[in-house]
Amino acid sequence: MSDARSIAEAVRSGETAASEVVDSSLAVIAEREGEIHAFNIVLADEARAAAEAIDRRVAAGEDPGPLAGVPVALKDNICTRGIPTTCSSRILEGWCPPYDATVATRLAEAGAVLVGKTNMDEFAMGSSTENSAFGPTCNPRDTTKVPGGSSGGSAAAVAAGFTPLALGSDTGGSIRQPAALCGVVGAKPTYGFVSRYGLIAFASSLDQIGPLATSVADAALLLDVVGGHDAADSTSIPEAHASLAGVLGEGVSGLRVGVIDELSGEGVAPDVLHRTGEAAEALSAAGAKVEEVSVPATTYGLSAYYLIAPAEASSNLARYDGVRYGLRVDAASTPEMNEATRTAGFGDEVKRRIMLGTYALSAGYYDAYYGKAQKVRTLIIRDFATAYESYDLLLSPTSPTTAFALAEKTDDPLTMYMNDVCTIPSNLAGQPAISVPFGTGDDGLPVGVQVLAPALGEAAMFRAAAVLEEAAP
Amino acid sequence: MPGRITRDDVAYVARLARLRLTDAELDTFTQQLSDVLEHAGDISALDIADVPPTSHPYPLANVFREDTPVPSVDRGEVLAQAPVAEDGMFRVPPVLGEAP
Repeated sequence: MSDARSIAEAVRSGETAASEVVDSSLAVIAEREGEIHAFNIVLADEARAAAEAIDRRVAAGEDPGPLAGVPVALKDNICTRGIPTTCSSRILEGWCPPYDATVATRLAEAGAVLVGKTNMDEFAMGSSTENSAFGPTCNPRDTTKVPGGSSGGSAAAVAAGFTPLALGSDTGGSIRQPAALCGVVGAKPTYGFVSRYGLIAFASSLDQIGPLATSVADAALLLDVVGGHDAADSTSIPEAHASLAGVLGEGVSGLRVGVIDELSGEGVAPDVLHRTGEAAEALSAAGAKVEEVSVPATTYGLSAYYLIAPAEASSNLARYDGVRYGLRVDAASTPEMNEATRTAGFGDEVKRRIMLGTYALSAGYYDAYYGKAQKVRTLIIRDFATAYESYDLLLSPTSPTTAFALAEKTDDPLTMYMNDVCTIPSNLAGQPAISVPFGTGDDGLPVGVQVLAPALGEAAMFRAAAVLEEAAP
Repeated sequence: MPGRITRDDVAYVARLARLRLTDAELDTFTQQLSDVLEHAGDISALDIADVPPTSHPYPLANVFREDTPVPSVDRGEVLAQAPVAEDGMFRVPPVLGEAP
């Protein structure tokens, strides 16, 4: 399957029928989905009907939009009206949202065709997509390995060629880390860049929707379509942004890039560090001024994140009480029904985080844990601000290792959490970052490098990403 | 820095969060939560009393829309997704006291 931009051009000009594009996407899915399990649901009939409608519009002389006929996949925590949306949790089994997420509406208005909802770690809590109630997703590059997570289904769908585009959500690295492990491009925009209306909340001050694609240009195209102000999300940034697809050719000449010391040493595998070094050299060769820079407080990112995110989650997930949607386990009284439902409906990782968050927020521990973590968040924002006085962009590995084996880390949550060490600081600071495939590790599996930017620095970030993509070994 | 999380602490937060744990789960979760909190000990030890907390990364406050009525989500569609609904409401088991 070709890239999204070419598909849309061909469909808009009438050269290719959207129906053919969708049929070919469904054929690839039929061939490999059995071994990958990227999807919780494939919407074959709906996708064919939507494609036929696009073709009728083209025949009538209309322009269906910048993503005309492009198959897309949505992470299964993005609400789609009348279509099951599960967060890969038993607790939402059978539930169909009564409204569409803003991103789903914008994709449809741009002519994209939804072909399925992708598997994920339950409620986006995880780094391997193994915390799904419906079983893990496998990495298309090596099916004995994890695809990363929590947007592992979206990353796998793109890497396997099921759809050229997918949306994921990123609370601590959940777009960028699976993108790195599956060898695709994944971006977390500035907090507020993409509407969260209809994104089922995990940690509301950190969650952000973003694109996964096979190329930087396609990721930019998708972000251009779904980004921008939305009155339905009170945290949506009001200012309009310029087209990202339009800046990709501008290069990095004259830009100052800092390689983050704290994220490029201990705890990161040598082969990943080697590729990060090569990426720095590539930016330098393209005219950027590249130096090492210290961002000291990023060292504390993991600790702060694993108090703040569970605290917010414990509050957000209180709504799953068996009353309004999804699962109910009957009991004699409502409190017993609430408990029986939540006990049966949530998996272990979700329970762990709810309890961790409840503890961090409880009387006697609030100041030492949650309060402290919020102050560390301020330190991280300050240290980034200092770095961005001297640099336009920062660079680091995306993930400390390439894809690890299925079941390798499931028994040890803390070891699993370490996967997020390089990606978490951007969420805490509300700033954008993108992972670009940059060669392979010693095991032949993809390595991703991460470009970080200050809030609303997406344009420079995408320019650097395009340079890295071009230079990738 | 606070002491280690105990089995009783975990049982207490589980009750607060409306989760029922088996004895084996209590043991496992106590160990796992203890590991995570021990790792978080590095920030508990920081002397940052004067640093203001950040609860939200982007400075937006008091976002209002025009005070005009707009259609809301369809009630029937919402109730159709509930485990049990009756007379336009969510039906639940007794909250207090005996069943009627």
